[in-house]
Amino acid sequence: MKTGVPPLPGKKPLRPIKPAGVFLRLMKQKELLLMTIPLMALVIVFNYMPLYGWIMAIQDYKVVKGISGSPFVGADKFVQLFQDDQFYLVLRNTLVMGFLNLISGFIGAIVLALALNEIRVKWFKRTVQTITYIPHFVSWVVIANIAHMVLSPDGGLLNVLLQKVGLLESPFYFMAKEQWFWPIHTFLSFWKEVGWSSIIYLAVLSGINPDLYEAADVDGAGRLRKIWHISIPGLMPTAIILLTLSVGWIIQSGYESQFLLGNPIVLDYSEVLDLYAMRYSFQIGDYSIGAAISIFKSFVSILMVLSINYLARRTGSGRLI
Amino acid sequence: MRTNKHGTADFFINVVLYAGLALFGAMTVYPFLNLFAISFNDPLDTIRGGIYLLPRIWSLDNYSIIFSNDRLLGAFLLSIARTIAGTVLGILCTAMFAYALSLKEFMLRKAFNSALVFTLYINGGLIPTYLLIKNLHLMNNFLVYLLPLLVNAFFIIIMRSYFETLPSGLTESAKIDGAGHFQTLFRILLPVSLPVLATITLFVAVTHWNSWFDNYLYASRSPHLSLLQYELMKILLSAMNQSVAQQAHIGESTVSAVTPQAIRAAMTIVVTVPILVVYPFLQNYFIQGMTVGAMKE
Repeated sequence: MKTGVPPLPGKKPLRPIKPAGVFLRLMKQKELLLMTIPLMALVIVFNYMPLYGWIMAIQDYKVVKGISGSPFVGADKFVQLFQDDQFYLVLRNTLVMGFLNLISGFIGAIVLALALNEIRVKWFKRTVQTITYIPHFVSWVVIANIAHMVLSPDGGLLNVLLQKVGLLESPFYFMAKEQWFWPIHTFLSFWKEVGWSSIIYLAVLSGINPDLYEAADVDGAGRLRKIWHISIPGLMPTAIILLTLSVGWIIQSGYESQFLLGNPIVLDYSEVLDLYAMRYSFQIGDYSIGAAISIFKSFVSILMVLSINYLARRTGSGRLI
Repeated sequence: MRTNKHGTADFFINVVLYAGLALFGAMTVYPFLNLFAISFNDPLDTIRGGIYLLPRIWSLDNYSIIFSNDRLLGAFLLSIARTIAGTVLGILCTAMFAYALSLKEFMLRKAFNSALVFTLYINGGLIPTYLLIKNLHLMNNFLVYLLPLLVNAFFIIIMRSYFETLPSGLTESAKIDGAGHFQTLFRILLPVSLPVLATITLFVAVTHWNSWFDNYLYASRSPHLSLLQYELMKILLSAMNQSVAQQAHIGESTVSAVTPQAIRAAMTIVVTVPILVVYPFLQNYFIQGMTVGAMKE
């Protein structure tokens, strides 16, 4: 860093910077320090201090003794975790739901953006956009309430509809069927976020050079060909970057939605890593397992991002991160 | 030249497009309209079912039940207080941090930037964070709603990117006039940053208004710290457990208690409406804000 005070006329330039010089410059920026240091302290406390809690994973953590007083047990807790059948079930649920969300959301957002981009009637386009953003701003509590009401066997809309059409004879308990949990969860996540995720793709589409479409018109290309040969290739770079960034999040498919939509009957399909960690910690009192799960999640997450990044570089799509 | 073949193909594509989008839009908005109708319908009449777009018997009973209940009214007021306090403080902190990080001459810029970006990818996780909050004695304390959310790396990055797009001449003239950094930020930069300011305000406000998990985890033993979303969540869970119980004992005559469906609908509307009222006005802003932030990353 060679920025700083330009040398005053008649004085020698202040290089090389001595410790005292650094201090002086810091003092000159005291307003900026005042703006940032208290906030950085909060970041350290709330984002970095929990990392210190990771030590618990190699301890037999006891609440009364704290991290400094609890005995170290090495990898025991990880061994215990990896020997638990329930852990693999929960890991499966987390990965499957994360993957389903990723793919449905990715494809859905692109299709929605492409469709909206074809709409020439301004008010229609705007209305659809405004409506599809709504669920993004609403809490999962509200979404779960809606889901529960629509899917209710007791006069819920879907049941009424299916019975009227004749597809169902008696009310169906959607929320109490294990094999229905993943589809319901995926659909709700899709429904909640697809409009919002399409914003970025719409922005990219509106940035595509209109000359390309005109040239295609001259060549006699129809709507679909223009979408296929111009719009979709135009979206690809952004789509690949966003896909890569979200791959790391597959294992973080959230816990709010599963917490609110799940129930004891569908637990084998609804429980995810965080909820499992919570149950272990609060019900069984083993906080070390909770910390071990956090470490495992971060580790997998980073591993996924790095390997996708590596693959992308190898296949020549450019360095992404 | 349009051939006739393209003309008919175009027509069909249009039909599919408009119909498809209209259907999806209807699917998105219908549940909200339905809840709205149920919430304004007579609660006893609601049990008969069959309410779709409009209330059958208009009534304000559901809302008067909610707002005459001390616990729910308290939760409602506390949710509002939390949202206002959290948003004002959050915007202040985001603006200051983003401003400092947008200045090339700021000595700690690189270090702070990396420390902040790192938090986007790594976090301690549920349990270590829970124990931290406990050790800081923030359990059952109103501050637990505010402090952890005060600095959000994502919002700071969006705002910083926006500040960086502003012409540098803007701040230089202020500096020549002797303005300090606080003055430059609050008097000059923020007034011209309305799009990004509106975006972040909406995001922060929505985050606070929608939060319930921190309430559940850190303050579930303090009824006076209960938030509206948490109260709604409790009603939802008890209703769900009831219907699961029903499912488990089909045939037996159990659980005769009627789920307070109407109250639930009204509460859902109370929780949803404040956002629905605000966000269409900010829509243009947050689209800009999102795009700026994402493109620069």
